[in-house]
Order: sequence, then structure tokens, then C-alpha cells
Amino acid sequence: MLTLYGNEYPSRLLLGTAQYPSPAILSQAVKASGASLITVSLRRESAGGKAGGAFWELIRGLDVEVLANTAGCHSVKEAVTTARMAREVFATNRIKLEVIGNADTLQPDVFALVEAARILTAEGFEVFPYTTEDLVVAERLVEAGCQVLMPWCAPIGSAKGPLNLDALRSLRGHFPQVPLVVDAGLGRPSHAAQVMELGFDAVLLNTAVAKAGDPVAMAGAFAKAVEAGHIAFQAGLLEPRDMAVPSTPVLGKATFQ
Amino acid sequence: MKVLIRGAGVAGLTLAHALARRGLQVEVAETRADLAGGASWMAGGMLAPWCECESADEAVLALGRDAAAWWERALPGHVVRRGTLVVAPPRDRAELHRFAARTSGHQPLDGTAIAALEPDLAGRFREGLFFPGEAHLDPRRALRALHERLAAAGVRFHFGGEPALPVTADWQADCMGMAAGEPGLRGVRGEMLILRASDVTLSRPVRLIHPRFPVYVVPRADHHFMVGATMIESDAQGPMTARSAVELLNAAYALHPAFAEAEIVETGVGVRPAFADNLPRVRRQGRRLTVNGLYRHGFLLAPAMAERAASLIAAGDGSEEGELAHAAHG
Repeated sequence: MLTLYGNEYPSRLLLGTAQYPSPAILSQAVKASGASLITVSLRRESAGGKAGGAFWELIRGLDVEVLANTAGCHSVKEAVTTARMAREVFATNRIKLEVIGNADTLQPDVFALVEAARILTAEGFEVFPYTTEDLVVAERLVEAGCQVLMPWCAPIGSAKGPLNLDALRSLRGHFPQVPLVVDAGLGRPSHAAQVMELGFDAVLLNTAVAKAGDPVAMAGAFAKAVEAGHIAFQAGLLEPRDMAVPSTPVLGKATFQ
Repeated sequence: MKVLIRGAGVAGLTLAHALARRGLQVEVAETRADLAGGASWMAGGMLAPWCECESADEAVLALGRDAAAWWERALPGHVVRRGTLVVAPPRDRAELHRFAARTSGHQPLDGTAIAALEPDLAGRFREGLFFPGEAHLDPRRALRALHERLAAAGVRFHFGGEPALPVTADWQADCMGMAAGEPGLRGVRGEMLILRASDVTLSRPVRLIHPRFPVYVVPRADHHFMVGATMIESDAQGPMTARSAVELLNAAYALHPAFAEAEIVETGVGVRPAFADNLPRVRRQGRRLTVNGLYRHGFLLAPAMAERAASLIAAGDGSEEGELAHAAHG
């Protein structure tokens, strides 16, 4: 079972809630994905009071645990303020921490990320940091108190799939005990299966589902791929080798030699 | 038979028109002092059902494909039938292909063809799409003209009044958008700019594909351009945020650098009424009817909704309680 900050989740697929054609389709996609954790971007405007209430009601109505994120924040201060606001709105200490460093690639500003993570963990937050695949940054985040790491595998929404498999593999090797969630850049179910086969604990998706021709069907496809990849990892994958190994012994066959 | 319509936005006025044409007596009550200020006033006025199907349900195409013809009949001379141009910067070509795959009714364009359609965009884009069946109008001029025609045809208007105006009517129709407070209705905030750029001439709406922030620029009279619009899950009416202004202006600048010299004539905020599936509904309960949930498709879908609502009123006796007409799927 996937365990994040002591909570157990039956599904290893986390789903974002932005960019769907309609809330009705979002709702069906969440159900089809089986996700037990969904992320919601907390925009300042819709955070307080009655504004945006209808959308929050709809999200709450999905009956799936909500992980608020600080999407769109570009500085430590902005991210920390948004996290505190999320704590009030959702009555939870959990926050997906996102500090954007580059507007074109939406690459995380890892320096600001580590700083914001320190501040928030000191305030009792359970931080889910959206980071790059950089090993040293990951170490700093763990030092800062993060008990889960969420590296990208490609830029957000790029649908490119894992660009640096070696780095992802090395992260897994260095942090055998820390839950690792691939957070961004997945485009196809096969990408999700691929990172799950590396032993990642879960994946977080949004665009690949929301912008699919049929988001509901795609959510189901990803759910199957994530499960297949995870089972395959547990089952033990064969290492590739250069020479063929006959699957049926040929020794003793009449035609041998 | 007399019908009281509450709300003088695009839903209310199109319904008034459809009813008046059927020979019914119509009164319109609007709590605002005049036509300005509601969500319809902030609309882009694009009659673009094919483009909208990039993210909208197919029902939007079915309900909206005759909208341009409806507006032409109602307001001769207001509809500009010059199609829609969709362009993307080279680095967002993949998004353009995605847009093309999700929509129909378009032709591929190369740089030369784009320049032939919009000479001011010559040399700026190498790839685009043309939706020749689409049209646009100026929503404010259209609302004013429709109001004038209706008033001249004998429709009585009550502006600045209470919603519970004591008018005796056989039927009531609520077309108040967010103010109706219908169950299941939510607000989707939209922010827009009106720019005046004397150096830019466009003859049709242009959509700029952008992975994070799709934007459209709609030409209006005298080198005015409506640039819109954000989509935010919120019913907050407050002023436009700096971030939204930056995004909209950036997009306009990406379309044509001369927009950098444009005057910002107006910043506007409207809250679109929407149901969970983003499709509109006509609901009837006895002799009370509601038209709502037009979302970002006010001018596109109001005619179809108005005709359905008017037919219900003209034909029905209203004796069945709680009947729902999900016009979007009807």
C-alpha cells in the first residue's frame, strides 16, 4: 500500500484537477482513475469566502482526499502564504509545494523550493515538494524535513515522458525508504508504466488525462498502466542481455547440431 | 398571453425576440440600470462553434451552428462572416496539431495563406488553421440594437428595478445568469481587455494557441480589439488581476508587436454562469421557466436556447410541475 506521511492510499495514481473540459468530466475522470489523492490549485482569488465555492463543493463532493498545491507561485513568500491559506481552507497540513523558476519550462526553482520547504515543515506542514530529478536537491529536501519527493520526469504538460531515466533510477537507488512520486511530464500510459517499473511509488498526472480526447477513458488507461508497472516491479524484471537465451531448451533435440 | 422575462443579458433579449416574433406580449425586467455590466457585456461575440469544440461538448456545435444565421435574421448587418483564424508560434506547433485533431470544419494554412487572409500577420506565423464557417459580432452593439428593436416592437423594459417586480404575467422566464442562484450553477470568472491599436488591422477573430493560456483577439470598430479571456473557477467580481493583464497583453503582443503601443481602453471582468457539464439548460416548472448555464457561449448558444424556451411557452400549457427540458441534449 502506498504510504505518504503515515496515510495509506489504495491507488498509486494521483490526479490533478485542472484543464478538464468541464467539472462533470473531471468528476468522471477521477472516478475512472481510482485516484485516492487529487491535487487542487489554490488560487488566491477563489480561496477566501464564498468566491469559487461552487467549484470547491464539487471537488469535495468527489469524496477523494484533496492535496492543495501552490501552483503558479514564483517566490518563497508567495508559496508560503498560499500554503498557509490552504491550511485554513482545507483544514489540512498537507501541501504540494511548487515554486516555479522559469515561466517557459515551469521548471521548479529548487533553491526557493528548499527554503520554502524548511519554513513550512517547521510550521508543521507535511510537504510534498515538486522538484527536478537532481539528487543533491533531493537530499536537501529530505534534510528540510520532506518525507516524500516528487520529481518531474519532463516539463509540466510536455507529455514527453521520462527524459533522464538514469537520474530517476539513481534517485530510487539513493532513497530506498523515501516515497518517490513522478510528478510531471508523463504523456502516455506506457510512460507511467515505465517509471513504475523503476520502482517509483506513484505518479501524479494532470494534462495527459485532462487534455486527452476522452479524459475519462484515458484516466482508466493510466490506472491500469500504473498498476501493471508496479506489479511488474514487484515481480522482478529481467535485466536486458546481449545474447539470446532460448526459452525452450534445445539440447537433446533431434535437429541439434 | 404575457411573458415576464427577468434579465436583459443575451439570454433574456434573445428570448424576448423569439417570443415577440411569435406574437406574444413581453415585458423585460432588469435590475441593472441599463444593458451594460453583465457577463454578456464582456463577451467576445464569437460565433465559433467549430473552434469551441476543441474543449467543449459536441452539443455546442449542434446548438451553435445556426447562431450566425439567427443573428443575421434578428439584426441584419451585425454579423461578420469572415471565419476564424487560428495561429501558433513555431514552438507550439504540437498544440496547433492537437487543436486541429480535436476540431472539424477547418483548413490548414501556411504562412502565405495566413498573410492573404490577414495581411498584418504576414511573416509572423508559418502554420495556422482557418474555420471558414464561423462568424462574429460586436456584443455591445448587438445588445443595444436588439433592445431598440424590441422596444420599437412593443416590448416593455423596466431597468433598475427589483427582481420581484409586480407585473402580472401568464409566464415568467428567469434569464438572470449567476443572479438566478440556480442549484448546480457555478461561476467561471473571465477577464478581458479592450485595446485600441491604430497600427493593427484584423478582419476576423484570431486565436493564438498557447500551451498554458489560449487567447483570442476579436476586431471591433475603429481599431478596437477585444482580448480575452481568462477562465477562473471563481465567482469573484473584483477587478482584473495584474497576472491576468500580463498574460492577455503578452498574448496580444505575441500576435502582433504593434499591440505594445495600443491604448488600454478598458479592463473588464464578468462571471459566466455554468452547470457542471458546461452546457446550458432550459428548465420549466409549471409556468415558470429558466434559461441558464450559457457559460462562455452566450451569443453562440442563446439563440437556440431562446427558440426552445419560446416554443415551450407558445405550445405548453404549463400544467406539469417540475418538468425539465435539458435543451442541450434535447
